[in-house]
Amino acid sequence: MSGVRDEVTQVGQGPYCVRCGDPIDAHEHLSCLDALVLEPPRYCAICRRRMVVQIVPSGWTAHCSEHGDLHGGNAV
Amino acid sequence: MTTTHSTDTAPGGADDTSSASSFALLAAAREQVLTGGIGLSEAQVLEVLRLPDDALPELLALAHEVRMRWCGPEVEVEGIVSLKTGGCPEDCHFCSQSGLFSSPVRAAWLDIPSLVKAAVETAATGATEFCIVAAVRGPDERLMTQMREGVAAIREAVDINVAASLGMLSQEQVDDLADMGIHRYNHNLETSKSYFPQVVTTHTWEERWDTLTMVREAGMEVCCGGILGMGETLEQRAEFASQLAEIAPHEVPLNFLNPRPGTPLSEQTVMPATDALRAIAAFRLALPRTILRYAGGREITLGDLGTRDGLLGGINAVIVGNYLTTLGRAATDDLALLGELSMPVKALNATL
Repeated sequence: MSGVRDEVTQVGQGPYCVRCGDPIDAHEHLSCLDALVLEPPRYCAICRRRMVVQIVPSGWTAHCSEHGDLHGGNAV
Repeated sequence: MTTTHSTDTAPGGADDTSSASSFALLAAAREQVLTGGIGLSEAQVLEVLRLPDDALPELLALAHEVRMRWCGPEVEVEGIVSLKTGGCPEDCHFCSQSGLFSSPVRAAWLDIPSLVKAAVETAATGATEFCIVAAVRGPDERLMTQMREGVAAIREAVDINVAASLGMLSQEQVDDLADMGIHRYNHNLETSKSYFPQVVTTHTWEERWDTLTMVREAGMEVCCGGILGMGETLEQRAEFASQLAEIAPHEVPLNFLNPRPGTPLSEQTVMPATDALRAIAAFRLALPRTILRYAGGREITLGDLGTRDGLLGGINAVIVGNYLTTLGRAATDDLALLGELSMPVKALNATL
């Protein structure tokens, strides 16, 4: 299902899952997909670096030192 | 079925004996807690935690009556934010912010303009509480300076009660925080005294207790709760409720374990919703007058329906929006639910 790939790689931005950091082809990532409803991404989809994530009550920002920021909700 | 006492082993439609004992327990609790305002003892809490599922609706209804009688219909709404995330030297086995585990959570500091913005947005939801949290053993000078500047900046920008949760404190730090105008300090005992060593090894339950004592003596409100579903027994859950009752905190935040990747509790099974609801009601019956707050883990443990059941079963406060390392429901969803339940959000002037 392409929906899973899109979600866990931030719409195919890279080969890695933003939740577990594993390559997208390593496993199904269905539990990652579920978890991402209530978690911000932790790994950069492009390079697998752990991102610096700041959560605030209304949103979040995840920063990769190489590939920049992702935002969710009403981000900082 | 020859069981007389172990109602937890009775099959779904409990037999007459267990129904009768459930009825007697709830009738006694009604008299003692609802009428008398006296919380249940440890042994009584344990009996409540062992009630069969078919007694749950009646238990929740009683806990709701107790909350309405001793606290009223208002719900206290709070937002929380992490000022310093990750890199913590402690080993709390539930926490993704420990630097000792291979958790994906990296260290981060929130700048003061972003802290103020979070406080302003929290106040805009109608919340009266804004709690600033740091993942530390206790504050260092840098953190205390950030707090001093941050709290002053929040005060200039918005009218909201500022609370803090910064770990274990020295007397000097307690006094400084009281001077800054921190009105409530959160420091969770996390679990019962007997189970704590299974969860944390880098400091003791007693050290936490000491901080709570200093906070109270300095005139700040005490906020102390913990996390359920970390593998503790029902006996230990009852022990925890009675230890909290001994402190008599102004507020008790109830978290339900959300197992975090990389932590020692990552493989722990999520607590069943019925157990969580029994615990909510039991804690309310042990602490009839406290602010009993929904905190982390409620989304995965209770879901939407269970969230509603808990608000009708003893809960009278919520954290809205996101948590420290995980996300929550949208604040608007919780506020809509409170409206539907005709539970007014506590106003700021009522808390001052």
